[in-house]
Amino acid sequence: MTSGVARIIMSKTIAEINEKIKRGKAVVVTAEEVINIAREKGGRQAAEEIDVVTTGTFSPMCSSGVFLNIGHSKPRIKLGGGKVYLNDVPVYTGLAAVDVFLGATALPDDDPRNKFYPGEFNYGGGHVIEELVAGKDIRLIATAYGTDCYPRKKLETWINLKDINNAILFNVRNAYQNYDVGVNLSDETIYTYLGVLKPELGNANYCTSGEVSPLLNDPYYKTIGIGTRVFLGGDIGYVAWHGTQHNPHVLRTDNGTPKGPAGTLALIGDLKQMKPEWLVGTSMLGYGCTLTVGIGIPIPILSEEILRYTMVSDAAIFAPIVDYSEAYPQRKPDILAEVSYAELKRGHITIQGKDVPTASLSSYPKAIEIANILKGWIEKGEFLLTEPVAPLPGIESGITFKPLKERPLME
Amino acid sequence: MDISRRIVLHFPPRVTGQPVVYHLAKDFDLTFNILKASITPGEEGLLIMELSGDQRNYDKGIQYLNEVGVKIQSLSQDVVRDEARCTHCGACINLCPTIAFSLEPKTRRVLFDHNKCVVCGLCVKACPPRAMRLYF
Repeated sequence: MTSGVARIIMSKTIAEINEKIKRGKAVVVTAEEVINIAREKGGRQAAEEIDVVTTGTFSPMCSSGVFLNIGHSKPRIKLGGGKVYLNDVPVYTGLAAVDVFLGATALPDDDPRNKFYPGEFNYGGGHVIEELVAGKDIRLIATAYGTDCYPRKKLETWINLKDINNAILFNVRNAYQNYDVGVNLSDETIYTYLGVLKPELGNANYCTSGEVSPLLNDPYYKTIGIGTRVFLGGDIGYVAWHGTQHNPHVLRTDNGTPKGPAGTLALIGDLKQMKPEWLVGTSMLGYGCTLTVGIGIPIPILSEEILRYTMVSDAAIFAPIVDYSEAYPQRKPDILAEVSYAELKRGHITIQGKDVPTASLSSYPKAIEIANILKGWIEKGEFLLTEPVAPLPGIESGITFKPLKERPLME
Repeated sequence: MDISRRIVLHFPPRVTGQPVVYHLAKDFDLTFNILKASITPGEEGLLIMELSGDQRNYDKGIQYLNEVGVKIQSLSQDVVRDEARCTHCGACINLCPTIAFSLEPKTRRVLFDHNKCVVCGLCVKACPPRAMRLYF
């Protein structure tokens, strides 16, 4: 088997970089800083001098959630197959007796949703996760059917992150490698996961951190793989797998940058060590609740080739402009135009001859802060790099992003 | 004593054809700075402005507005940003009608100019981490 890692013509190894990190001698720069440094020094020299490039992103990521083991009550209760609410937000109980899964987009049963349009979605799973991490007491209300070994049928109690056995943040799709720019061609305001989109191209919203975004700095997944240690929610996490909808086989620029949504990561980590500042409960007006997740990934500069990928700048990253009033909901492949992040970050783009103001839903200042925190950890020798245990599926894997082919239940 | 207040005026349809603001200036010697206006003759109108002048003239001006049937809502409400919750994403920037938000070019932090805010509340519910708070 040829792994993505083994293909690289090595000029440095992760073990060598880790030795330097332990000695406090590693040269670490952020994905923003590397651009100018490498332009000044040239790729070869920069690749020799720089050991690690740190990336960052801080953005709403809906496929996030936490597995909790709340501990056994006396007498015991089997929550599995029962109903459990945390601060009125329902959690998934289809697991063993006291394991539950709290998803970021879950809503209280009595939330009016979009009955009063646009719904406000002030409190949901993402907010419970933030409050758990902040050390707040959470109200658990459960009903179960009762068994011989788990006789109890009702449980009402406060729980706290510090007291429960496990809290494992396990996000099955994070850190999207590039994303759509959302606009609205209709004549009414629409409320989307890309924010409020005003009618007739009233605004355009984008949602990646561009040149500092993790997977945009490693476009072919040559260093980021399964087992890669990362910054997740303010502490250490790991790449568990490729994320759901991971789609390496997309149109790319000459330097490999996908021109639309492509790779994704499944990330895992210990919620007990994380910080509420980097896991923020989020409300998208008219859309729903979610969790804004802070992620930072170190890229070991193993060769000049790897360094060149990290030199990618906003001017060389292109995103598709998609109409979220018609093309997106109706799953039409139409793209209005492609636009670079350099243009998006200028604050105005031109679409169909119209000047359209742009905004981001991904926080660039926070992405930079994450890249700098990770840089600090590595410089201080607190964070060592890991060798991936297996690569993420690349273009050659043949993985594609399949739409649902509906088959009527009644022929 | 001179005072300055930001007020929201709701015009019933029958008043939108009248030169109300002209009278405020001429008859009561008040100066005004219009922050937002949406007035079409024959339809219900909205005017947000900062009204300044001598306290007694100001009171008389408000009395005049009441008499002609304009509903006055004082901007005693306030929109404040919870600095700890703001993630500086930018979702608010293009929704604000008075351009109270802007990006600091170098850091890309979102700046909130409280003086430009007319307390319309559009940002409050559109802010993903709910950092904008409306106070009464």
